[in-house]
Amino acid sequence: MTIRTPLTLSTIEAGAGLTEALQRDPADVRATITQSGMKGRGGAGFPTGLKWELAAKAPAPDGVRYVICNADEGEPGTFKDRVVLSEMPDLVFEGMTIAGFAIGATKGILYLRGEYIYLLDDLERCLEKRRADGLLGSDIHGTGLEFHISIFLGAGAYVCGEETALIESIEGRRGESRNRPPFPVEKGLHGAPTTVNNVETFAWTSAIFARGADWFSSIGTDRSTGPKLLSISGDVERPGVYEFPLGISIREMLEAAGGTRAKAVIVGGAAGTCVPAKDFDRAISYEDVSTGGAVIVVGPWRDLLEVAENLQWFFANESCGQCAPCRVGTVKLLDGVRDLRAGTVTAERLGDLITLGETMEFASKCGLGQAAPNVFLSMVKAFESEIKGHLVAEGSAQ
Amino acid sequence: MTTLDGAIPAEVREKNAGLIADIDDLVSIHGTERSALLPILEGLKSRRDQITDIAIQVVADRLGLTPVDVEGVVTFYHFLGTEPTGDTVIHVCRTISCALLGMDAVVKRLENVTGVSMGETTPDGKVTIDWANCIGMCDFAPAALVNREAVKEVTPDRIAEIVTEARA
Repeated sequence: MTIRTPLTLSTIEAGAGLTEALQRDPADVRATITQSGMKGRGGAGFPTGLKWELAAKAPAPDGVRYVICNADEGEPGTFKDRVVLSEMPDLVFEGMTIAGFAIGATKGILYLRGEYIYLLDDLERCLEKRRADGLLGSDIHGTGLEFHISIFLGAGAYVCGEETALIESIEGRRGESRNRPPFPVEKGLHGAPTTVNNVETFAWTSAIFARGADWFSSIGTDRSTGPKLLSISGDVERPGVYEFPLGISIREMLEAAGGTRAKAVIVGGAAGTCVPAKDFDRAISYEDVSTGGAVIVVGPWRDLLEVAENLQWFFANESCGQCAPCRVGTVKLLDGVRDLRAGTVTAERLGDLITLGETMEFASKCGLGQAAPNVFLSMVKAFESEIKGHLVAEGSAQ
Repeated sequence: MTTLDGAIPAEVREKNAGLIADIDDLVSIHGTERSALLPILEGLKSRRDQITDIAIQVVADRLGLTPVDVEGVVTFYHFLGTEPTGDTVIHVCRTISCALLGMDAVVKRLENVTGVSMGETTPDGKVTIDWANCIGMCDFAPAALVNREAVKEVTPDRIAEIVTEARA
């Protein structure tokens, strides 16, 4: 494991958070998470406490609710959930159990991406042990609380990280995202109210009950509370998982990882933003440069269009194909980037590519297509002269 | 549930007796709800080198689905699919961090030692080589999956060794 900074999660004793949470009532558990200010660690940044409130209060005709842990960590450049699942799975399962108590669910499912199948045996062993220790089952800690967790293995599809596509996948279908509303907190798995949270979110849930909501909210900024795990890779001396308080500048982060010479960083993965060196004082936070944890460092000698082509290929390959803006747009954008590299794009066509990207942002059905042009569009903005240097010279196209 | 077994010609059933037994075994483990479909298909793919048309027909039959429903799911996920795969399957990560840090040289060597292109299987059926999108091993780039186990910081020499071992 390449863990590069001390991790707070490593210091949290398994069981401490659950014991504390079970001394409260469910509404109080939800209020504690709201009070901590925690927003989803998967990247979208939805307030976790609010999500649980919605799931707890949505009508559940058969009384059935679900807790789903999104361990479909597919965003390029993200690997912190792999480390959390390997090093501290108890905290993840414990966070799910606390969520089950908070929203009134008795069933939890961890959706493990197919690429992480090698983690499955250890995770199952951890679940077995928790069942044997009375931390999962029909009478947790002798309180009468019932909660069960099973693991569902994905089979390789980036889009299944999108929560409605993930639910489709568990239901035995192609991982095609659903129209929203209804949101999963109203009608999720098998039509029941469902909270879908990231691996890291559940791990921090355990920590919040072990250490207190005030401890969590004292770290970070007013609108981005708590510590965050970041996956740093690419052209750096020390790639790995880092823990920083939210609000840290990109520059400080690069100093820690040994990548200060970078020309740009791609924050948030393929669906993220290209931040040029002149903006390295910007902060990693929900209100500034938001990320689920991916930081890909691009060295000064790199051709940015090589990065753009790689990421556009990724989206063209991973688009589920159900909506036209994404299915067609991802391929057209890839063609455009390839042509830019080949030097056959005119200024007019570059304008069309930007318009295409903007159209995909608002017309695509789910986050995949909406985010697919992000890196390209931010790159064209931040590195205008470099990108325009690839255009067909004026006059030569006639 | 009534099954279509009677509609499948006896000689096809006989020829696929092992396959049908595997499917029935997986159905007994995972059940006949639609949410059992992915676990059944994953189990089948780990036991057999190909999800064939007849497999799709039998799975559909057991779960009360149409074959096209099942095929739609099989072809959606990277680790399923209807193409046959070799005894050893090598997936090289092609996404950005691995691409920046040496993926190209690994893939060139891989194609060279196997004599086939990415997405293909060696004629002896021993090795399939293919791409994977980000496998979450960016801190050990370039990385690959060999039979779904992660191989970290893979070099051209290491990938050649893996192929040699797979063919031994």
